[in-house]
Amino acid sequence: MTQAEIKLCSLLLQEHFGEIVEKIGVHLIRTGSQPLRVIAHDTGTSLDQVKKALCVLIQHNLVIYQVHKRGVVEYEAQCSRVLRMLRYPRYIYTAKTLYSDTGELIVEELLLNGKMTMSAVVKKVADRLTETMEDGKTMDYAEVSNTFMRLADTHFVQRCPWVPATENSDPGPLPPAPILVISEKDMYLVPKLSLIGKGKRRRSSDEDATGEPKAKRSKHSTDNKEPIPDDGIYWQANLDRFHQHFRDQAIVSAVANRMDQIFRSLPVGYNISKQVLDQYLTLLADDPLEFVGKSGDSGGGMYVINLHKALGSLATATLESVVQERFGSRCARIFRLVLQKKHLEQKQVEDFAMIPAKEAKDMLYKMLSGNFISLQEIPKTPDHAPSRTFYLYTVNILSAARMLLHRCYKSIANLIERRQFETKENKRLLEKSQRVEAIIASMQATGAEEAQLQEIEEMITAPERQQLETLKRNVNKLDASEIQVDETIFLLESYIESTMKRQ
Amino acid sequence: MAGNKGRGRAAYTFNIEAVGFSRGEKLPDVVLKPPPLFPDTDYKPVPLKAGEGEDYMLALKQELRETMKRMPYYIETPEEKQDIERYSKRYMKVYKEEWIPDWRRLPREMMPRKKCKKAGPKSEKAKDTSKGVSLTNTADVLKKIEELEKRGDGEKSDEENEEKEGGKEKSKEGDEEDDDDAAEQEEYDEEEQEEENDYINSYFEDGDDFGADSDDNMDEATY
Repeated sequence: MTQAEIKLCSLLLQEHFGEIVEKIGVHLIRTGSQPLRVIAHDTGTSLDQVKKALCVLIQHNLVIYQVHKRGVVEYEAQCSRVLRMLRYPRYIYTAKTLYSDTGELIVEELLLNGKMTMSAVVKKVADRLTETMEDGKTMDYAEVSNTFMRLADTHFVQRCPWVPATENSDPGPLPPAPILVISEKDMYLVPKLSLIGKGKRRRSSDEDATGEPKAKRSKHSTDNKEPIPDDGIYWQANLDRFHQHFRDQAIVSAVANRMDQIFRSLPVGYNISKQVLDQYLTLLADDPLEFVGKSGDSGGGMYVINLHKALGSLATATLESVVQERFGSRCARIFRLVLQKKHLEQKQVEDFAMIPAKEAKDMLYKMLSGNFISLQEIPKTPDHAPSRTFYLYTVNILSAARMLLHRCYKSIANLIERRQFETKENKRLLEKSQRVEAIIASMQATGAEEAQLQEIEEMITAPERQQLETLKRNVNKLDASEIQVDETIFLLESYIESTMKRQ
Repeated sequence: MAGNKGRGRAAYTFNIEAVGFSRGEKLPDVVLKPPPLFPDTDYKPVPLKAGEGEDYMLALKQELRETMKRMPYYIETPEEKQDIERYSKRYMKVYKEEWIPDWRRLPREMMPRKKCKKAGPKSEKAKDTSKGVSLTNTADVLKKIEELEKRGDGEKSDEENEEKEGGKEKSKEGDEEDDDDAAEQEEYDEEEQEEENDYINSYFEDGDDFGADSDDNMDEATY
């Protein structure tokens, strides 16, 4: 794992789980697989803290354990899974677009809790939905269950590996850790539950201000001895399935953009007859993007979508766009030229791009030092003398993509650090504004006069308000940037993964 | 060696024209320091995508951040001593729901072991008090005394202990008991070593709620 990735993981873990979990998590990412005591010793943390941190990390599928010889259990962190935390909003939003609010909350609960039983999810989501409904209305468990089943059917949620049921009555020596199993056919099998009930609305008496009674009540509810029907059957969000969906989305929208240009030159009218469809497919197949290929003539023509090529095109487009925005459109022209012609000499670049020599050289070297372009040496003589060697400029898409990906990780880490800095700088002001809001809220609840509310609001002066506005704007920008850089990360990672699989 | 024409005269070993400079031209200055931390960019960045989806995801992200901090998975660091102990702090603490992991899915060593907690994992072992265990207990007490004497490398001797015990023929339960005690002793040692002041910290640390019936009034330090 590169330093940039480790740094980013550290920031993510710290933001979501606190410093102790971050310390243990980052240590495991750096050092690889380790047993419990070594972790405690190397990080200088108490055994108790390490255990808690590991429990949290395992719960969230960020760390796995393995039993080694002599009963030693070793823990290993999944760095790439930690990085997926950046994508949580995108997973949840996608669930919303596909399965509306119910689906959205199911996926959100699963991501927030790592793994849950179906009955727990259904209950929690029903409660949450009921909160948002009109007075008197409640959400039925059956409806939530339905959506859950649909999510399982389409593989967006899957079962976690489970403890195999042991039939032997003879206990024997207990293993140091349960060996969890998983079987392909059972992974999306929803247990037969008859969950009957409705969501419960939280009464206004237990707001966060008087948190104590709520905590007491929740403890009592966990004490009640209702047997959980699907005890031990845990579910998690299936991130790979979401990735598949994103990838399909990306390809479809890329093609749509392409088709748009062609649409405009075609007559209006949406009755797509067989002939026209045929034409479109041929167009797509002949398109230099090579997303669609013709793989035979059976049934009037078999068309196949070339995923790897599609991902490659998307990655290339990303690279082109970055070059353009960073170095300018003339540089971008050179870049596209070299991409197209694969290998070009210095002189050829100048000629083809129609850019004067000095400028062309300058641009080429800028891109070269940015690692977007690389030099290929082709010696004419066996002694590799520089004066008798061809130097060709070329774009190695895989390595440029890797370089850009690495840059993306660094960017997000910078964005997060800046956001945390901005928030910390204004901590006092933020706390003050939160207190004022809380006071206003409680006063409104007890029916205060307009004048009194005004007075309280004035506790925050106009320049302070300005400051808060600026802060909010900046934090929003930084957050939005994080989300969008993650989109680029997704594209590049998909391409790199697809390329590595083929090798 | 062949090729050093003109002693002392600068000569390039390659064709300078290939790199883009004509002969005799003034070469650019040598760079003596790293590039600036925030270099000026020639081009302004492209504005962010704006739209319903993006707005929703932004709101989601910020909400999730806040929610995560309130979940039981967020482990607070024990706070450093503040300059003034604020009375109000005791009453403004956020009450977090407890989270108890499913122990059946985790390695056995994950379960917290505390002598003082009566209910909890220890009770399962309590029923296993056989003669064998009491024997090992005595041996263990002796070992403990030994180790307390050489407290310098408390942890090291623990590990040595474990290796010795691993080699001996013992029942799994017995092994675990020793691991238990060793673990407790290690914790005890560490706690003692951490104590640099005169305050007797409350025996129950804040947040140690795993598997125990915690008092709601635990936040008040007990002296």
